[in-house]
Amino acid sequence: MTTTALATTTALAVEHLCVRYAVAGFKQGLQAVDDVSFTVLRGETLGVVGESGSGKSTLARAMLRLVPATSGRMLIRGVDLLTLDKAGLRAMREHLQIIFQDPLASLDPRMSVAEIIAEPLREFRPRLTRAERRERVLAIMARVGLLPEHLQRYPHEFSGGQAQRIGIARALMLQPEFLVCDEPISALDASIKSQIANLLKDLQQEFQLSVIFIAHDLASVRFSCDRILVLYLGRVMEIASRASLFQLPRHPYTRALLQAVPIADPVRARARTTTPLSGEIPSPLSPPSGCVFRTRCPLAIARCAAEVPGLRRVGDNEVACHRAEESG
Amino acid sequence: MRATPPNSSTPLLSVRDLRITYRGESGPLHVVDGVDLDLAAGDSLGIVGESGSGKTQLLLALLGLNAGARVAGSIRYRGDELVAAPDRSWQRLRGARIAMIFQDPMTALNPYLTIGTQLTEGVRRHRGLSRATARQRALEMLDAVHITEARRRLEQHPHELSGGMRQRIVIAMAMICEPDIILADEPTTALDVTVQAQILTLLRELRTRTRAALVLVSHDLGVIAEVADRVAVMYAGRIVEQADAPTLFTAARHPYTEGLRRSIVPLEGALPLRLPTIGGLPPNVAALPPGCAFAPRCAYAWERCTTAPPPLAVVSEPGGAIAPEHRKACYYEGPLGLAP
Repeated sequence: MTTTALATTTALAVEHLCVRYAVAGFKQGLQAVDDVSFTVLRGETLGVVGESGSGKSTLARAMLRLVPATSGRMLIRGVDLLTLDKAGLRAMREHLQIIFQDPLASLDPRMSVAEIIAEPLREFRPRLTRAERRERVLAIMARVGLLPEHLQRYPHEFSGGQAQRIGIARALMLQPEFLVCDEPISALDASIKSQIANLLKDLQQEFQLSVIFIAHDLASVRFSCDRILVLYLGRVMEIASRASLFQLPRHPYTRALLQAVPIADPVRARARTTTPLSGEIPSPLSPPSGCVFRTRCPLAIARCAAEVPGLRRVGDNEVACHRAEESG
Repeated sequence: MRATPPNSSTPLLSVRDLRITYRGESGPLHVVDGVDLDLAAGDSLGIVGESGSGKTQLLLALLGLNAGARVAGSIRYRGDELVAAPDRSWQRLRGARIAMIFQDPMTALNPYLTIGTQLTEGVRRHRGLSRATARQRALEMLDAVHITEARRRLEQHPHELSGGMRQRIVIAMAMICEPDIILADEPTTALDVTVQAQILTLLRELRTRTRAALVLVSHDLGVIAEVADRVAVMYAGRIVEQADAPTLFTAARHPYTEGLRRSIVPLEGALPLRLPTIGGLPPNVAALPPGCAFAPRCAYAWERCTTAPPPLAVVSEPGGAIAPEHRKACYYEGPLGLAP
């Protein structure tokens, strides 16, 4: 395969994904993910950005089949993840790995670092000898910046950044094709965030990983992601390349998210003329009719309450807004 | 190590050589180690630091709430010494003269009591207001923090409100007794980004309506830049740099401050191929090096940095001028920005 062929191969196609949770007293249930479609190309990092209640974590969990999807498809290597049986799912784990937000909570406290990182090898490469396993564990540890002397230590002995390195080493042990990163740097100290962001980007390029990078704000995806998908109340508001999303956001919600990022410059921060978006995300148990964002949208008109805006191309972006042309 | 703000005659609050020590498994833990602070009415001081920097412990000390710790040094409120003061002195201050806004509004509010009861409790106790007057005051405060349908809110419980509204209630609770000092510990960290922007706007707005001094603690330089006029940067229990906010954000002189500032991803303009980083690991207060605590991670460290911690001293600007409000605890005098 040439580089061009690589660059245009679809690694993941999500089609019309819906996830609904049953909620006592609500016949309709809670529509956490509502008709979400997108693709991730081979070697691409797609950022999924949304506030709490946007459905971003449900999306990640649905990908790993930790919650059942109500409908839709999720194609990896031509296989629909949502229809796999237990054995098929287990085989898929080799190609699809996850890194969690809270690294310490995601590591078994009773296992040593050596055991944690070797676990995928024991499971999927049972024929490796002890020595071969150790060699591979040490190699991946060196690659993520852990030292051989860490082998026999336990998760609680590590800081957040170091624990995240352990999680990354475990996720990459089998050289997966696809990586889901659920807010991988949100919980880390400022001085450690950029270390881990750099590491993830290096590894993504080195392993040609396709990545879904989940975040709650736009600041944390600009460095890491090639394309960005903005979710609100379970629906896609906008999908665009990084350059286009930051320079020419078409959806009023994307613009509000950009304006909400604190400016680390006291003079510019106070000279700002924009007013923050009012209100808060409505309850997903009773979402607004039409466009789910309309109750907070500065551009909302009568049509927005009557008609769900479909995702359509405006400029270089795909955007779900009746008034996208007026706001560019 | 002194840190005096501009235009202060009689400081509202004056902290000198504050040391907070816990007993650790293998010896004492100096979580705050020799901090000086002065606050005057109307001040807005931002304290930025990462986990283990001592910023929250410093804030708790201003409320006398470091349970189990040995607190030494001096904290004077309007001249009265508070270190080792009896608990009833603290009780007269807490909530009434010095109020706190906590990070998580859900833990700051009592789930069993109505918003009205919680809002009026403080003014009734500290100010002896009647139930009706206190209720009137609560309605005014809800209006000041832009909560609509205020009368109905007074009868509601915390779980009936959204996260942003709960934090507005907590801010209203902190302000209702008209304190002299408002402490805020990561007040927006638990909130969504659009709600964070609303709360930061509210804090800025309230500052123009009250003479209370604000101390805002955050790990996020962006949040600090939005609200604070003066900034102190903490590392391993010490203030390592402080200045007025514009100076700190444009002319930082401590390598740690500069590293924090450079590691922020800009929202516009060119992106670097790699983000600038601060190498190494966060400090472990149980095993600090003998010299500057930042030295093991510092690209500018030299022999002297490993001998004794550098004092927080007035910065001399490149032209030879002296900037009295700008202080740094660093032996390195050369330009920053050359390190990888």
